Amino acid sequence: MEVVFYIAAIVAIASTILAITRLNAVHALLYLIVSLLSVAIVFFVMGAPFVAALEVIIYAGAIMVLFVFVVMMLNLGKKATEMERQWQRGSMWVGPSILAAILIAEVAYMVASPVTAAYGATAIEPKQVGITLFGPYLIGVELASMLLLGALVGAYHLGRRTPEKTEKK
Amino acid sequence: MASIPMQQGLLLAGILFSLGLVGLLVRRNVIFVLMSLEIMLNAAGLAFVVAGARWGQADGQIVFLFILTMAAAEVSVGLALVLRIYHRFKTLDSDAVSEMRG
Repeated sequence: MEVVFYIAAIVAIASTILAITRLNAVHALLYLIVSLLSVAIVFFVMGAPFVAALEVIIYAGAIMVLFVFVVMMLNLGKKATEMERQWQRGSMWVGPSILAAILIAEVAYMVASPVTAAYGATAIEPKQVGITLFGPYLIGVELASMLLLGALVGAYHLGRRTPEKTEKK
Repeated sequence: MASIPMQQGLLLAGILFSLGLVGLLVRRNVIFVLMSLEIMLNAAGLAFVVAGARWGQADGQIVFLFILTMAAAEVSVGLALVLRIYHRFKTLDSDAVSEMRG
């Protein structure tokens, strides 16, 4: 299993380097998604399957989709059609596809091999995480819910459709 | 975790955090700054999970859950601010926003 960890780590570092050096925001987002997926594989190998699933669902799913939506909203106009033409050529998604194919091969290898080999006997199951989360850390869960409520209200307030009236005052 | 030493995981977390820091310092586009912040938060969470796996405790994963919540809240408010900055200044350059002379 060390091989899986090292390959995933190399993919994570390479895709992160590529993500912070891209000029186009969408290209960088693709590499960043690959980076987060490889970190999820590192979590799985480390014996944290619950956190690995959350990394894929929330980080690579929800947060990156938020980024993609904002980039789409900012690129309205004639630049968008030009960019769409670039996307159709397919030269830009070759890099992320190769890195993601390596990760898929790793997942297939881990699925094919016995579970005990995928992560050691010291894996922390979701049940244990849940018991600890809603036991000693219950106040943290409540604080996190308040933080999310505050973020919801703040994002709604900032994203309202009446900019001029509130800014001129 | 029995086969992978903790130093390697922490080294990976450190490298990812450094890359995020470099991106944060180098880029001036606000979207890229937010993406670098996400990389750094993710690397910090990775360090927590590695440490939690080393000691066989669930606390590291729980701290990662809190970091995840905080990152989601931060990025939603940050992206709303990015939209307002773009509508007002017609650019994403972070230097264009430095209007406050204190």
